[in-house]
Amino acid sequence: MMQETRIALRFVGKYNPDSIEEFCALGGYEGLRKAVEMGQKNLIQEVSDASLWGYGGAAFPTGRKWSVVAATKGKQKYVVCDADEGEPGTNKDRVIMTGDPHSLLEGMAIAGFAVGADMGYIYLRYEYPQLFPVLEKAIDDARKAGYLGRNLFGSKFCFDVKVVSGGGAYVCGEETALLESIEGKRGEPRYKPPYPSEAGLFGCPTVINNVETLAIVPSIVLNGGNWYASIGIGHHHGTKVFTLSGNLVNRGVYEYPRGITLRQLIEDVGGGCPDGHRLLGVQTGGASGNIISVDMIDFPMDVEDCAAAGATFGTGDIMVFDDTQDVLEIVENLLEFFTHESCGKCTPCREGNTRLLQLIRKIRRGDGTMEDLDTLQDLCQTMKDCSLCGLGQASPTPVISTLKNFRNVYLNKIERGGKE
Amino acid sequence: MQEESCQTSVDLSRIAAIAGRYKDEPDQLMRILLEIQSCCGNSIPREAATVISSVTGIPEAKIWGYITFYAMFSDKPRGKYIIRMCKSAPCHIVGAQAVAQAISEYLGIAPGETTEDGMFTLEYCECIGMCDTAPAIMINDSVHSGLTPESAVELIKSYQQGGAE
Ligand SMILES: Cc1cc2nc3c(=O)[nH]c(=O)nc-3n(C[C@H](O)[C@H](O)[C@H](O)COP(=O)(O)O)c2cc1C
Ligand code: SF4
Ligand code: FES
Repeated sequence: MMQETRIALRFVGKYNPDSIEEFCALGGYEGLRKAVEMGQKNLIQEVSDASLWGYGGAAFPTGRKWSVVAATKGKQKYVVCDADEGEPGTNKDRVIMTGDPHSLLEGMAIAGFAVGADMGYIYLRYEYPQLFPVLEKAIDDARKAGYLGRNLFGSKFCFDVKVVSGGGAYVCGEETALLESIEGKRGEPRYKPPYPSEAGLFGCPTVINNVETLAIVPSIVLNGGNWYASIGIGHHHGTKVFTLSGNLVNRGVYEYPRGITLRQLIEDVGGGCPDGHRLLGVQTGGASGNIISVDMIDFPMDVEDCAAAGATFGTGDIMVFDDTQDVLEIVENLLEFFTHESCGKCTPCREGNTRLLQLIRKIRRGDGTMEDLDTLQDLCQTMKDCSLCGLGQASPTPVISTLKNFRNVYLNKIERGGKE
Repeated sequence: MQEESCQTSVDLSRIAAIAGRYKDEPDQLMRILLEIQSCCGNSIPREAATVISSVTGIPEAKIWGYITFYAMFSDKPRGKYIIRMCKSAPCHIVGAQAVAQAISEYLGIAPGETTEDGMFTLEYCECIGMCDTAPAIMINDSVHSGLTPESAVELIKSYQQGGAE
């Protein structure tokens, strides 16, 4: 198996998360010290030079996000860590928080210094209750050791962190739904603008970043933005933590330089399909990612290359399925997920996912017609164009991509009523 | 059904006490409700919204709207242990259905139901972040993964014998 390059996972497994002393012995919180010494402007420049793009799914440049919040005036500003990790097929944030909670806290404090925020929130999904005490202990230890709290490193900079729990709603991973949820409301996405960078948590300028994004920041500060940018393979920048799931021999969470090919990840890292089965297809990027077929997997894993290849970079999920699986059953499963998780605020998503699910079930039963395929296509386009948030905009992707890449499966069901 | 007693006045004062501790902190509503749910037999009685409202000043309808939005809350009494069986795709394609069926058959209840002795409530849930060792389930706050139909039934048995917590 190829050697991993661990940056987001730099200290996972290297220290006991209960012990801040062990973390500091590895060089922990040195990034924060250096950040405070170098000043806001230089700090944001390093993060921009790093070409660090958010790893929560939307791939927004982190340096640019921070500079907007830094430039926005506000008495109170916040840093919010999106630890809702509800995307089926993503486990990376759990691995980071379980093994190295302090790098996350350090990254949050650095973000706080960069934008002028003195308060941070970690929105932890309900399904990770075992991590609640781990994070609270880490925060407590960091306060006692002087890495959180008032006047850090003798400067004017103050920063503290609070953990709040989610309630088991996938949509709360969407940044504005998450803010609503912290504010004690139903997790329904807001209309944008205003963006959180201007009016976020409790109406204040807010930076929202994913766990992985924040956990990488201390290494960037310590080693420089150009160092991180130079790590990728070829012209690619940085690393990505991938979650490999499904019909693979070596499922798991691995960090590799961006630019590693999907085939390498599936075959070399994942070990291919178990029990001598053949690879049929793979969904990349999460439950709302594209589903591609076995002949399409030779491209480098990065945002633009994925898009060009008809795949999705997203959160770095790679869900592999072998030739014993029924593609339409997987699509039906994904639509059940979105139908269940749609918050219901807007019609294209609330009604659209239900209708997509009905149509796929009809086709699977053998009652579908060619007209149904056109209806599917139309409806998917409407949902993409008209849904309020990313959930409704992206949920038709598995349907659109399978209509293209596995069209024969649909046609077979329709023409032969599903009989092989 | 067990834990009906959560609707007695004693428990209402307990609910008021929990809500009082987080008064004037809007970011703590989730915590208030999770605590109330865990001390009220894994469900939130209708009266709780009235009590929380009178203590915190948040309108009752807003609280009830909040409770009904989040999947982890229930207004119906549930068992001592809630078994949440993941049905999302990465679990589904590696045998989650067979695991769910084995648990369901062993306990003699369908998802959404509670065993007669009030021990277990069976529910489906979406991804619990254990896809790399799927199939996975949660029993209250504990996560169990890498399950087979047989090992899942053994696991439930260990809860019945009081050996696991
Ligand atoms: C439906 C939906 C769910 C999301 N879930 C998550 C999540 O669980 N974790 C996350 O970090 N971002 C999630 N996002 C993306 C966030 O809205 C946001 O882009 C991200 O947290 C920003 O952080 P980053 O720039 O570091 O990626 C989700 C978006 C949508 C539309
Ligand atoms: S797209 Fe779906 S999840 Fe997003 S706001 Fe509309 S209904 Fe809610
Ligand atoms: S899909 Fe079941 S744990 Fe992620």
